[in-house]
Amino acid sequence: MTNSIADIEKADVILVTGSNTTENHPVLAQSIKRAVLHGGTQLILVDPRKVPLARYASLHLRPKLGTDVAWLNAMARVVLRESLQDTKFVAKRTEGVDELAAFLERYEPEAMERITGIPAGVLTQAARLYARANRASIFYAMGITQHQQGTDNVRAVANLAMLCGHLGKPGTGVNPLRGQNNVQGACDMGALPAFLPGYQRVDSAEVRAKFSGAWGRDISAARGLTIGEMIEAAGAGKLRALLVFGENPVVTEPDSDGTARALDALEMLVVQDLFLTETAQMAHFVLPGRSFAEKDGTFTSTERRVQKLRRAVEAPGEAWADGESVCRLSALLGYPMIYEPAEAMREIAELTPSYAGIDHARLEKGGIQWPCPQAGHPGTPILHTDGFTRGKGAFACVEYKPPAEKTGKRYPLLLTTGRTRYAYHAGSMTVRTALAAMQRQGCLEMNPADAELLALADGDLVRVESQRGALTTRLCLSARSPQGVVFMSFHFPEERVNRLISPAFDPQSGIPEYKVTAVKVALAGGEASA
Amino acid sequence: MVSLRVNGKSLSAKGASTILESARKAGIDIPTLCYHPALPPGGACRICLVEEESTGRLLTACNTRVEGGMSILTDTQRISTARQRMLELIFARHPVDCTICEAANTCRLRLYAARYGVSGGELPRRGELLPITDANSLIHRDYSKCIGCGICVRACGEVQGAAAVEFIGSGPRYRPAATFDHPLDASECELCGLCVSLCPVGALMEKPSIHHGLETRRVDTVCPYCGCGCDLELRVAGERIIGARAEAPAAWNGVSLCAKGRYGLGFVNHPDRLGKPLERTAEGWQERSWDWALEAIAERLRRILDESGPSAVGILASAKSTNEENYLMQKFARAALGTNNVDHCARL
Ligand code: SF4
Ligand code: SF4
Ligand code: FES
Repeated sequence: MTNSIADIEKADVILVTGSNTTENHPVLAQSIKRAVLHGGTQLILVDPRKVPLARYASLHLRPKLGTDVAWLNAMARVVLRESLQDTKFVAKRTEGVDELAAFLERYEPEAMERITGIPAGVLTQAARLYARANRASIFYAMGITQHQQGTDNVRAVANLAMLCGHLGKPGTGVNPLRGQNNVQGACDMGALPAFLPGYQRVDSAEVRAKFSGAWGRDISAARGLTIGEMIEAAGAGKLRALLVFGENPVVTEPDSDGTARALDALEMLVVQDLFLTETAQMAHFVLPGRSFAEKDGTFTSTERRVQKLRRAVEAPGEAWADGESVCRLSALLGYPMIYEPAEAMREIAELTPSYAGIDHARLEKGGIQWPCPQAGHPGTPILHTDGFTRGKGAFACVEYKPPAEKTGKRYPLLLTTGRTRYAYHAGSMTVRTALAAMQRQGCLEMNPADAELLALADGDLVRVESQRGALTTRLCLSARSPQGVVFMSFHFPEERVNRLISPAFDPQSGIPEYKVTAVKVALAGGEASA
Repeated sequence: MVSLRVNGKSLSAKGASTILESARKAGIDIPTLCYHPALPPGGACRICLVEEESTGRLLTACNTRVEGGMSILTDTQRISTARQRMLELIFARHPVDCTICEAANTCRLRLYAARYGVSGGELPRRGELLPITDANSLIHRDYSKCIGCGICVRACGEVQGAAAVEFIGSGPRYRPAATFDHPLDASECELCGLCVSLCPVGALMEKPSIHHGLETRRVDTVCPYCGCGCDLELRVAGERIIGARAEAPAAWNGVSLCAKGRYGLGFVNHPDRLGKPLERTAEGWQERSWDWALEAIAERLRRILDESGPSAVGILASAKSTNEENYLMQKFARAALGTNNVDHCARL
């Protein structure tokens, strides 16, 4: 997030898109709801589904799945057409506005209406509301990034915010919401194939020299493989060993069956986890891991807040922290490392400019938001207050491309996936808690009108089929999903909804298109077909 | 700033503050049932009555603002008697089963009953006890114990922003309920559990925590679920986590958590947890020692590195591991193995 959770309530207008915030980031959603209920903030919700936040929205735009660039560009077009941009901000802080303006002429809301399904009038109203606000913020989550055009979507979001000058001030910003508790931290720490800690590029000789100096080993200049590429390489016999810490790719990666086949081809799969997950069951070695309550260290939240984790209980049996096993293994391979979290943080601070002022002792008094460039620096609640990292913010002309998947005769419905309130991610944690009783099974959410056409009823056992696979689940009827769209969560390993999902990647981010898959739905075991 | 006297002691207080706030700041306790610092005052229970010395007026401390020159008494005989009467009235329609009530140790009603010498049987019972409404598998509702303080209603509307509960009924049947008295699961309730954590008595309880023993310590840490990164205090009994609260003074999330953070921690002590390294063999899983397992893994890694070079190995780090662990994992990949094949499921 460019801004902080604490300043959400300072916004006059909040635009939320591709995020079922009340269910996936509930405590942050509180601030949005309070802003609307008690602060007079207007909420613009852009989501095909009628997610619970719709109850708080002044405007709810329901685009067709995978048409985000189209509506985002159309909003930017309205801003320019009606001269609602923040001319001062644009002149001082950005570049490329003329090219953008020329490019956007093709994105009239009237013309986009056919693609997005959003009435031009409503879209225009939303654009005006956002642009004219004194302070307006944008929040988005996987509904924006989990598309083949995910990176483009993010650029189109940034265009809109920069045009209107809604950056660098309280109550504004472009705020991606991170799904898992330490996704932000894992990225910050360089658990990425092209970046060392602090987003320092592996392909820069200078950066490599700095790290080789500190680590006493040469760093390879070749960009590594992303998770999807590793799975592909495993399938092709090029990747021979994979060490997995606390992840469950068989359930969470697209095309589950293909992922399982690829992992099966590995000569060695090692998994460290709390439970014998679906992926662990395929491993040659399984190592018992420690939960968050059994170790010390830090997590970094979606608002860049580095916070102290404290050990609360003894770990079961001989469970070790992932960091412990990595260090011991490293020593066996001739590169000794010691697992001592506070010491590791000192090393991180030395090598990572945005963490330079952070140490465990400081965090005892509360979290700190990076960048924290030196000891004693209070942290940075709002980014880009006087400039962007690379000087001027560049507008990007991003062209709308239809999603890879289209409905047709065979697969007439679009499936989108996400989380629900009581379950989390691959479900290995939540199914083992009191939450499990709230929702034992997943279900396929369908609009009653679609169900009527297919002669299906609430609670029916249905077969959901895509080009890649099929699964059986219960049907639950709900007006949340618009006609033509069905929804399923990915928490329930038995269902492995990802076996249906297209492995089409965003070529720039490597993020699979979890949000759009063409499917058909029919009564399980029955003859009826969609 | 205004100056006033409380129990003869001179204080200065911000003009906008209440008698309660300024007294508590000065270390003078005034009992409260319907007040919570995270909420606007309710003024419903009147246990916080204090006396204005000059006029003899009884004022509710939680919602009366300080005035310059005020002189307030918090502990006169008259006030004690008034508080006693109020507690007796509450107990006339509240079961006196503190010995088996899960809230007993934290219940403020019981605390004040003991302080003011109220045993519960002083007045004849008024009306029948309300039945227990078992809301769902997470929340236990026993409205016979509800004192009508309204904290849950205010918390839901003002803090959680869900406004899922309101008061219904009248007289002895006056109690909170979800809109139209629908079951909680069918209402706007998001099961964040805030009402439960703030209820001053045993009317609302966290079901997963019931009968798990007494809290022996609290540990301030970070929620393991979403990227909000809520500060949570684990309630621990022995080596078991029995619940979670958001009560740490430095918590950015105030008193709020969601259903996952509050009720989703049972996995930590779950019997399915792995406790030993395992190797998959033709005969199934075999338990191994750490030394044995790590040496076996290292040996295979060495062979693969020798034969195919570092690009044939990869690491999946984790969005659930700490920063320090992720740092060490990528350092291991890059410095020890010599590959940039390191990634995590950030894209989910
Ligand atoms: S249920 Fe608890 S919090 Fe709600 S009104 Fe009754 S006593 Fe107060
Ligand atoms: S308590 Fe809920 S909102 Fe807060 S971090 Fe945990 S899962 Fe996220
Ligand atoms: S605490 Fe003041 S009226 Fe209840």
